[in-house]
Amino acid sequence: MAQPLDYLKESPSQTAGPYVHIGLAPGDAGFDIYAQELGRDIAGPNATGTPITVTGTVTDGTGAPVKDVLIEVWQANAAGVYPGAGEVEEGFRGWGRVVPDFDTGQFRFATVKPGPVMGRNARPMAPHLNLWLVARGLNVGLNTRMYFGDEAQANAADPVLNLIEQAQRRATLIARADGSTYHFDIRLQGEAETVFFDV
Amino acid sequence: MTATDLFQRDRTWHPPALTPDYKTSVARSPRFALLSLQTSASELTGPTFGHNDIAPLDNDLIRNYAHGGDPIGERIIVHGRVLDENARPVPHTLVEIWQANAGGRYRHKKDSYLAPIDPNFGGCGRTLTDENGYYTFRTIKPGAYPWRNWVNNWRPAHIHVSVFGTAFAQRLITQMYFEGDPLIAKCPIVQTIPDPRAIDQLVAALDMNASVPLDAIAYKFDIVLRGTRSTYFENRPEGN
Ligand SMILES: [Fe+3]
Repeated sequence: MAQPLDYLKESPSQTAGPYVHIGLAPGDAGFDIYAQELGRDIAGPNATGTPITVTGTVTDGTGAPVKDVLIEVWQANAAGVYPGAGEVEEGFRGWGRVVPDFDTGQFRFATVKPGPVMGRNARPMAPHLNLWLVARGLNVGLNTRMYFGDEAQANAADPVLNLIEQAQRRATLIARADGSTYHFDIRLQGEAETVFFDV
Repeated sequence: MTATDLFQRDRTWHPPALTPDYKTSVARSPRFALLSLQTSASELTGPTFGHNDIAPLDNDLIRNYAHGGDPIGERIIVHGRVLDENARPVPHTLVEIWQANAGGRYRHKKDSYLAPIDPNFGGCGRTLTDENGYYTFRTIKPGAYPWRNWVNNWRPAHIHVSVFGTAFAQRLITQMYFEGDPLIAKCPIVQTIPDPRAIDQLVAALDMNASVPLDAIAYKFDIVLRGTRSTYFENRPEGN
């Protein structure tokens, strides 16, 4: 027997369940408790860059909308800087929480378009939003990214998109641009299943 | 910029995505394998929170929604540390919890269980760990509740817990259970976790030493986030 490695194990994940809003977005659960709910404003009042709106729906393997999902967004500012990794505009948190309409399952959020960020080995990554999904039925939160449909050249060179072996699946991470609005549907399972990451 | 990398997540310790005994997972679990990514700044940075973001009473669920009285139920303290896999404390990180009331009913517009809403209990709280990674909440012990899965499934008493850490890839949501609860072994959601030692990691221990005599009984619950590697990668400037 070798000596034991005395690392701890990560706490195992459990589903956020259908009532995740109580903890993370109580206003959406239907009550007012905190002076300030966190994650309601991703970019803040002083963000520079292009204001954008993102809309979409998360669907399950039957095509039904996942109405109880909660999505967290993490992004760099327009200059490609993450808060904590360099100077960003006062009030730019780069992080937010998105809850869809409980009846339709459609989500919508406002932010600014991020700039390109340097990836590993000095390869720049195309502008993207990092997304983390939790919901009833998801045992471990799902990580994915949203890229921008009007950045074809940067997307073609993106080191993460290029890791996806089946080239046609890359499209699942690219939002359709319609002016300053981007449409991004996330499919948990089935036809055109979104690419999710083990990060 | 240099950043520390993270230990690989042990996917055999976590529940798999598809766990048919927890029926909702069947249509919501991806069928393709996850794409393994070596982390970049997008995963290794993450949001930070300070005392301006929360209020001092936010971690006291007995008081933070009281409307002229105390909530009904067993008064408890839940406390512990947020650590990483190197057993190092994670200071100043946001811990958020939510739970049912003593009757097993959630304050949520979609919960229609017949147990009553408690007018003095909201059911959520949040706090920042201190410089040693400690956190504490005061609350009411949640009740077990039935849920639609098999005909007769009951969730063991549990508190949902959300933690951040320093990297977005450390983000974790889990549930805390209570030592000695016979429903733990019968719950299809708990049993999505394949390794019984991993389940034990989610069971808070009765902690008499931290109890407040004649007031509140305590449970200790440590939370472990992914560890950071002491080797570094470097993002060389473009052209080098
Ligand atoms: Fe629950």
